[in-house]
Parts: sequence; structure tokens; C-alpha cells
Amino acid sequence: MKLRERDALRAGSVSWALPYLAHSLAAIVRFVDKTLTIANLEVRKLRHDPTDLASRAVQPALWLLVFGQVFSQVRAIPTGGLPYIDFMAPGILAQSVLFISIFYGISIIWERDLGIVQKLLVSPTPRTALVLGKALSAGIRAFAQALIVYALAVLLGVQMNWNPLALAGVVTFVLLGAGLFSTVSLIIACLVKTRERFMGIGQVLTMPLFFASNAIYPISLMPGWLQVIAHLNPLSYEVDGLRALMLAGGTSAYGLALDLTILLGAATVVVIIGGRLYPRVAT
Amino acid sequence: MEPGHDDMAIVETTALTRRFDAVVAVDALTMSVGTGEVFGLLGPNGAGKTTVVKMLTTLLPPTSGSATVAGFDIVRQAGEVRRVIGYVPQLLSADGDLTGYENLWVFAKLYDLPRAEREARIRDALAFMGLLGAADKLVRTYSGGMVRRLEIAESMLHRPRVLFLDEPTLGLDPLARQAVWEHVEQLRATYGTTIFLTTHYMDEADSLCDRVAILHRGTMAASGTPADLKAAIGKAEATLDDVFKHYAGDALETMETYREAARTRRTARRLG
Repeated sequence: MKLRERDALRAGSVSWALPYLAHSLAAIVRFVDKTLTIANLEVRKLRHDPTDLASRAVQPALWLLVFGQVFSQVRAIPTGGLPYIDFMAPGILAQSVLFISIFYGISIIWERDLGIVQKLLVSPTPRTALVLGKALSAGIRAFAQALIVYALAVLLGVQMNWNPLALAGVVTFVLLGAGLFSTVSLIIACLVKTRERFMGIGQVLTMPLFFASNAIYPISLMPGWLQVIAHLNPLSYEVDGLRALMLAGGTSAYGLALDLTILLGAATVVVIIGGRLYPRVAT
Repeated sequence: MEPGHDDMAIVETTALTRRFDAVVAVDALTMSVGTGEVFGLLGPNGAGKTTVVKMLTTLLPPTSGSATVAGFDIVRQAGEVRRVIGYVPQLLSADGDLTGYENLWVFAKLYDLPRAEREARIRDALAFMGLLGAADKLVRTYSGGMVRRLEIAESMLHRPRVLFLDEPTLGLDPLARQAVWEHVEQLRATYGTTIFLTTHYMDEADSLCDRVAILHRGTMAASGTPADLKAAIGKAEATLDDVFKHYAGDALETMETYREAARTRRTARRLG
């Protein structure tokens, strides 16, 4: 306080904005620090108990090993020249990200029932920092899934793109997708507040999001009405981005810039809404 | 300089009201708590105690009326209020998947404790609550009393001016309750913290509180020192239990919901 006044005096009237800028900068640093603190907890929890990660590996393994292997024999799906298992691998990664994130809200309800949310809300932490921290936490879990899917894909002989920039791109898409879907999940949790109702809605959402996307077949195969839905489905852009970045021969149907813009835009909107709704979970 | 210092009341409510649809949980409550007091809000389950605490800790906006904590308005200056209060919810709220140290570390960060002091404060808080030996164990291995003490340590890290304890000893065994009381007493003696607690245990109010208020169906039925209240009902040898019965009547006619009862049992089971 004193220091700021002295600085303002020394610099004279020109720099009236300086204290304000310094103040905003400090606020931003605190915001980022608190967001990372919340995410840091997730890392610590995973270190204490990594068994959850192992059980999460079962589903993508089933899809790739069983569904993927069988459909590779059929050769009925136009994949743009890719082997079907290659075409499908990014779709299954996107699916893992979706499944792990869309049920993330259950942990919010769990924390609510324990009183953890209440304590977070009573602390002087911006609501959006709490929500963003949770989004990042889901991203960390989703990243662990990505490692599993990569291992499976390599095992199945999928031609991967190991360019470091492309890998950084995959990480970005995984974090962004997880942040988006987990925050949608958080919003649902804030609205329904009980585990039973939440599970119902979660079940209703996941499968349509998955099937009305380009994860395991191209959108061009769909009937017209479903194509419209698939184009509105953010998962389609997640898959498209991952397909372009993950595979050696990968191409994007919509362009990486559009994929990124849509996911980033949608994530920003839901985080802002989530920040508004999060306090409601405590009441 | 700082609002609400010295002799002024540190918590003040004026016609504070909260409705949930048709139900009036807190009805035009006007009361004040002096700086440095241990103040007890008593009442049967469902009397509105937790709702009062939730409003004062900025978790729940009031429907009407107003309140200040340390001179800050709980609605317009919610951010300032959050900086000067500590809160231990009724539920057992420490994170079982983290260690005791980690539970404190989060809040040290969220309350912006200076980096240089952080470790020392966490260690002091753990030592103060007698948890230094268990600091690196996962909280899910703690006993109920240890979890409670950890939570109080957590809520004191930033040296709040007012500490809100919602049913601090609910479900604890007598020895653990005694330990929590001693620590609360010590907190007040060491840091001069004002303590605002809710309870429905009369012995707790009797042994801890300088002043109590009895809440019944969202309104204030009586307030004063435990001795004053006992004297006021005009029965020789009255206990605080008698006072409570006198003002709150039959606890059966309260509006505790099924959900609340279920939650209380769940907390008790975790404390088991």
C-alpha cells in the first residue's frame, strides 16, 4: 500500500495507471497460482492412489482391441485411405477424454457432500479459478488416458506422428477437451446436486455425444439430421484435431485452427458459466 | 482504521432473513457478537443455525435484512469478509485422499500466506493441534477427533478474526470432544479469535461459551450468558438443558428434513 503510494508520487501524474496495472498483474498471478494449486491436488491424489488410472484403461483397450480389430476386417467404412484402426485410434482417445470428463461432476457432488466445496468457497479464491482448477484436474486425468491410448495404438501398429510439435498439439487438445467436458459436467452437478440425478443425466449424455460424432465413422455416412447434430457436437472437433495431430498420415477435415477456436471458445463460455453456478452447489 | 475493531461488535445481524421457497429458515434475526467472545448459537436440529452460519460466511445470500462481519457487509463486501473469517463446516470436510499436511497446504495457498512463512505456519498449526506426528499420513486413516482438529488447524492458518464452527463436536466421543473444547479455548487465549459456534449440546455451550443465543424456528428465543439464562427461567438449580426446553420446547416439532437427518447420520458414521 505504502510502496504503491510512494511509487505513484515519484512517477508523477503520468503514471496514474501504474498502481492499477501492478494491482491487476498481482491479481492475475494469484489467480493462476490458485488455479494451479487446485490442479496440483489432483496430481497428489493420483500419486497416493494410482489404481483408478489402471481401471480406466480397460474401456479404451476393449474398443481398440475388440471393436477395432473386428471392424478392420469389414472394410466397409470410408476412412480416407487410412487403415481403420488408425482412423479409430484418435476417436477412442477423444472418447476416453469425454468419458473421464463427463462424469467428473460426480467428484464435485462428492466434495459437496463432504463439505470441501463449502470451505473452498469461503476462502478468498475467485470462483473461476476454482472451476478452472477443476477443469485442469480433469485434464490431468485425461492426459493419463492419452498415454494408455498411445501405448495401445503403438501395440496395434498404428502409424503415429512423433513430431514434438504434433505431440504438444495432442496434449493441448486433450487438456482442452477434458476442460470443456468436465466443466459441462460441473455445471450439471451444480444444477442437480445429487449423485442419483447426476448419474442419470451423465448416462443420457455420453453415448449420444459419442455416436453423434466422427469418432468411429465419418460424418458423411450419417443421415442428414444426424450430420447437423454431429457438426454442432464439440466432440467432432476434438476428434478432428486429434486425427490430424496423432497420425503419421493424419489430415483435418475442418482445419486445426477452426477445431482449436471452437473448443477454446466453448471451454471459455462453460468456465464462465461454471464460475457463476459453482457457489450454488454449496447451498 | 480497520472497521469493527475494539469494543464494537464483530458480528452483527439486522433482521437477517432467509427463505427457502415457502419455508422461512431464518426469520428477521437481529443479534450481535462482541470481539473476543466465544458465542454459541443453540437450537434443535432444523432451527436454522446452519443457515445463519452459511449466510455469515457468505455461502448463502440472505433473502432480506443485513449482516456485517468485522465491519464488512456479507453481501456487498463478501470478498473482504472471506479474508477475515475461518470456517469449519458441520460435515467432516478434510480431504481423505490427501495427507494432513497437504490439506493445510492447499488452504495456505488459497489464503495467500506469504511463501516465506507458509511452511512454518503449517508446522505450527499441526503442532498446536497435536497432529505433527500424523502430518504425512492420509487423512482417511485419521480418527474423527483428529480430523476435526485438522480442520480447525486449517481454518486458523490465516489467523482469522472470527472463526465459525458449525456443530464442532457432532458425533465425537466424549474424550475427543473434550480435546476439541480445550483447543478452541486455547485458540481464543492465544490469538484472541472471536469464536462463533453452533451446537445442540448444552454441556458444550455451558463449558465453552461466554454468551449464547437460543434459536427456535428461525427466530431468537433468548440470549445472554448461560448463568443469566438459567436464572431467568426462575427455577432453582436450572441447567442449560432446562433453559433450552423452556425456550425451544419439544425438539420433535422442528422441521429437520429427511435429507438433513440422513446427512447428520452420514457424518456421524464417518466419525465412527
